[in-house]
Amino acid sequence: MGLLSDPVRRRALARLVLRLNAPLCVLSYVAGIAWFLALVFPPLTQRTYMSENAMGSTMVEEQFAGGDRARAFARDFAAHRKKSGALPVAWLERTMRSVGLEVYTQSFSRKLPFPDETHERYMVSGTNVYGILRAPRAASTESLVLTVPCGSDSTNSQAVGLLLALAAHFRGQIYWAKDIIFLVTEHDLLGTEAWLEAYHDVNVTGMQSSPLQGRAGAIQAAVALELSSDVVTSLDVAVEGLNGQLPNLDLLNLFQTFCQKGGLLCTLQGKLQPQDWTSLDGPLQGLQTLLLMVLRQASGRPHGSHGLFLRYRVEALTLRGINSFRQYKYDLVAVGKALEGMFRKLNHLLERLHQSFFLYLLPGLSRFVSIGLYMPAVGFLLLVLGLKALELWMQLHEAGMGLEEPGGAPGPSVPLPPSQGVGLASLVAPLLISQAMGLALYVLPVLGQHVATQHFPVAEAEAVVLTLLAIYAAGLALPHNTHRVVSTQAPDRGWMALKLVALIYLALQLGCIALTNFSLGFLLATSMVPAAALAKPHGPRTLYAALLVLTSPAAMLLGSLFLWRELQEAPLSLAEGWQLFLAALAQGVLEHHTYGALLFPLLSLGLYPCWLLFWNVLFWK
Amino acid sequence: MAAAIPLSLLVLLLLGPGGWCLAEHPRDSLREELVITPLPSGDVAATFQFRTRWDSELQREGGLSVLLKADRLFHTSYHSQAVHIRPVCRNARCTSISWELRQTLSVVFDAFITGQGKKDWSLFRMFSRTLTEPCPLASESRVYVDITNYNQDNETLEVHPSPTTTYQDVILGTRKTYAIYDLLDSAMINNSRNLNIQLKWKRPPENEAPPVPFLHAQRYVSGYGLQKGELSTLLYNTHPYRAFPVLLLDTVPWYLRLYVHTLTITSKGKENKPSYIHYQPAQDRLQPHLLEMLIQLPANSVTKVSIQFERALLKWTEYTPDPNHGFYVSPSVLSALVPSMVAAKPVDWEESPLFNSLFPVSDGSNYFVRLYTEPLLVNLPTPDFSMPYNVICLTCTVVAVCYGSFYNLLTRTFHIEEPRTGGLAKRLANLIRRARGVPLL
Repeated sequence: MGLLSDPVRRRALARLVLRLNAPLCVLSYVAGIAWFLALVFPPLTQRTYMSENAMGSTMVEEQFAGGDRARAFARDFAAHRKKSGALPVAWLERTMRSVGLEVYTQSFSRKLPFPDETHERYMVSGTNVYGILRAPRAASTESLVLTVPCGSDSTNSQAVGLLLALAAHFRGQIYWAKDIIFLVTEHDLLGTEAWLEAYHDVNVTGMQSSPLQGRAGAIQAAVALELSSDVVTSLDVAVEGLNGQLPNLDLLNLFQTFCQKGGLLCTLQGKLQPQDWTSLDGPLQGLQTLLLMVLRQASGRPHGSHGLFLRYRVEALTLRGINSFRQYKYDLVAVGKALEGMFRKLNHLLERLHQSFFLYLLPGLSRFVSIGLYMPAVGFLLLVLGLKALELWMQLHEAGMGLEEPGGAPGPSVPLPPSQGVGLASLVAPLLISQAMGLALYVLPVLGQHVATQHFPVAEAEAVVLTLLAIYAAGLALPHNTHRVVSTQAPDRGWMALKLVALIYLALQLGCIALTNFSLGFLLATSMVPAAALAKPHGPRTLYAALLVLTSPAAMLLGSLFLWRELQEAPLSLAEGWQLFLAALAQGVLEHHTYGALLFPLLSLGLYPCWLLFWNVLFWK
Repeated sequence: MAAAIPLSLLVLLLLGPGGWCLAEHPRDSLREELVITPLPSGDVAATFQFRTRWDSELQREGGLSVLLKADRLFHTSYHSQAVHIRPVCRNARCTSISWELRQTLSVVFDAFITGQGKKDWSLFRMFSRTLTEPCPLASESRVYVDITNYNQDNETLEVHPSPTTTYQDVILGTRKTYAIYDLLDSAMINNSRNLNIQLKWKRPPENEAPPVPFLHAQRYVSGYGLQKGELSTLLYNTHPYRAFPVLLLDTVPWYLRLYVHTLTITSKGKENKPSYIHYQPAQDRLQPHLLEMLIQLPANSVTKVSIQFERALLKWTEYTPDPNHGFYVSPSVLSALVPSMVAAKPVDWEESPLFNSLFPVSDGSNYFVRLYTEPLLVNLPTPDFSMPYNVICLTCTVVAVCYGSFYNLLTRTFHIEEPRTGGLAKRLANLIRRARGVPLL
């Protein structure tokens, strides 16, 4: 008894933790990684099942047969679009009205913080067109959305055609209980964001848009469609949304049900579902899919316009028609039937989708890992930080106790005064400076782009990216000299206190991230934890420095890009990778400003300063 | 339903003096009427459901009631039924009264579906029936077809068979023209043994937006997340030059905690001060918020009334069985005297068609309108009422109970304290105490 307060046992326990610290850390780290890898094997991954009663047992017979009509609409749309060079708003309005919808338009404009070179846009203005199918005998309290994002290039016209043909078919039916909104947005995601903000009458991102004239109550679910050919070989489904949010698993199950019913070939992350989970091949293939999903989710960007709906608690996913070299092809009728089935079942919903999982990982379309099973992986990784922090704390404590021990029995309040006396004074400067670096990294690139373009021969977008990299690199040079400002008597304890604070800071951040976006938390933990645990100003410093640089957030991003392309079986060369890296940086900043993605502020204000602290520890003199 | 022109069918049946029990002059007193009107978009109304005897009674009798075919009536966008009973005087001095029974059924047909994408309609297409004979009991049996706005230009639409007479009146501030088909007129049915009124568009109206009423409204919840939100009501006054006041009545359930200081009313970008506000705050679980305002709507404007609220946490037994569906917030009620375009004459109720009494006129220059906006569906923060939720609750309870004792066991140390004998003084004191029978020191 008195396991913690008995000084004898306490000391024994402390000695155990100190002595076994290194093996425990290694064990915990390995266990974390192994647990993650084991997620693809059957006891941990389970079959998906439909939880929502309203969608499970009801049978639906699809009657959509408007394939020709869809193709005709698509041809007309493409022709009009080519002629006008933008979204043919008048044609869309006319056509939607002719199929019997209540049609409205919304114009919006947005000046991006700096030119978007990937999508070639800066001052954006466009018009969204949407038609509402009012359900008979209903009071417009609930609705479903079918949306097609149209970008600047002339893709996705088949999706518009299918949307119109489906609208015409749906209009003739009498069973609708929820209104259906058919939405065509211009400038793909920007248009979707503008429409969603106007629909919910909020302004999150500084978009200027005209207010909506027609509404249809609370949106229950949404499906985004991307199709660029008259025939498809497979349908790819994207679930990852803004900031790694995921739709309810039941929506995915619904899609999968209709894929199976219609005999459609469906893929996840562009990968076919492995058939055999008992042998090693299935799980290995599942691991590839799982890693792709983790990378996508960690990026925090919306992969398709469905991703923006999730913020408003609208369950949504994107269906992408893929036309590859496979022999067997499906026409638009098959896709239309799947969509019709999905909408009819969503129409049956009595409540919002809430029965199934919101937090899950997918190693395949019909397999999932629930949150209870994947969280231990990141838990083990974070335990390393905890153990290291405990070790440091005890070393500091032990050092303090050494002075006091002759005095008498140490109580639990003993460790504080001596260790803090050293810690606080010397910690303030590095903490403040690294946080200031983070703030500069967050604010300066966008703020200073005009100054940069005046003094250097670069474009705005380049200026932002280069300023980002410059500030990032400057951070490496700055703070490791800061502690000289404060004179310390015990230099050893200085860095230990700093590392202790940094470890706890990192563990807290990673824990919070892992709760909201597991993939990001796990990826960051995998890379940052070993370097963070090893960093100290003695031993092979260059090795540690190299390791620390390799696992810094920016290097992580670069590594993720290479891993991403490797898993997609389209490996990158170094130069390509660098180009992609620069583009990804610009996109990250842009997405923060245009959609409110949180990855950029998280890295610049949270993890980068924290990482600088470890850098500081490494070069402590 | 902007694209389609839904058709409103109004069947009014009036049993005049005598009613159903006296049956003195049944032949003279039954009037029936069918009014077919194209509607502007945005028709939202409450649905009443009454049971009446007329289906069994009148089905036998022929006349307009042959059109009441259930499977067609329930394929519509909207229907409402009502029964009115009132005493009426039999003579000028009102020495004796009789009862008037009036049954109405309003149906909104979706012309787009019934017309296979065209806006043409006919009685047969809507009801899968045609009129074959007048009601033998009826003293008056007429069909009115609204052909307003189109009779200046005869090129756009055609009614078949062409009406013998027309009727003009001011309904809701605008002049309306109706074609009349009198079933008691023997020539009307005898020609072809049935009457199938049809309306055909010669030139399909392409960009012709349906006429917008002077006052209409829209309501929605804005914001996202489960903590806060905003109720917004948009009031449209499309009258080109007249402003008029509107009485807006909101009842909001108590679990949306309104912040009255956030009430903002803006029209045309400027703040609009209501001339009268009555607010009765909610009491939890007892009464809802009541907010009543008199707002002046400027001519040709949109007025936005918004008020913020916070979503309350309910007790867990107060949630409905389907809590994730959301909670309904009842519509706002708008009452207004809307200025007319055309002055209405006071009418003689006995002589004019029955449907006139549905649109009461207060005086010539304006008419009364009561509008209900759409109801809203608001999600409240809802616990997950599922098995894992119960498990979590139970586990947390167990952990909370066990934590204290475990912590106690881990941290408490027990020392056996030897009873110390104490000094001489204490021993002496105890001796005395023992003798006195007082507790020892």
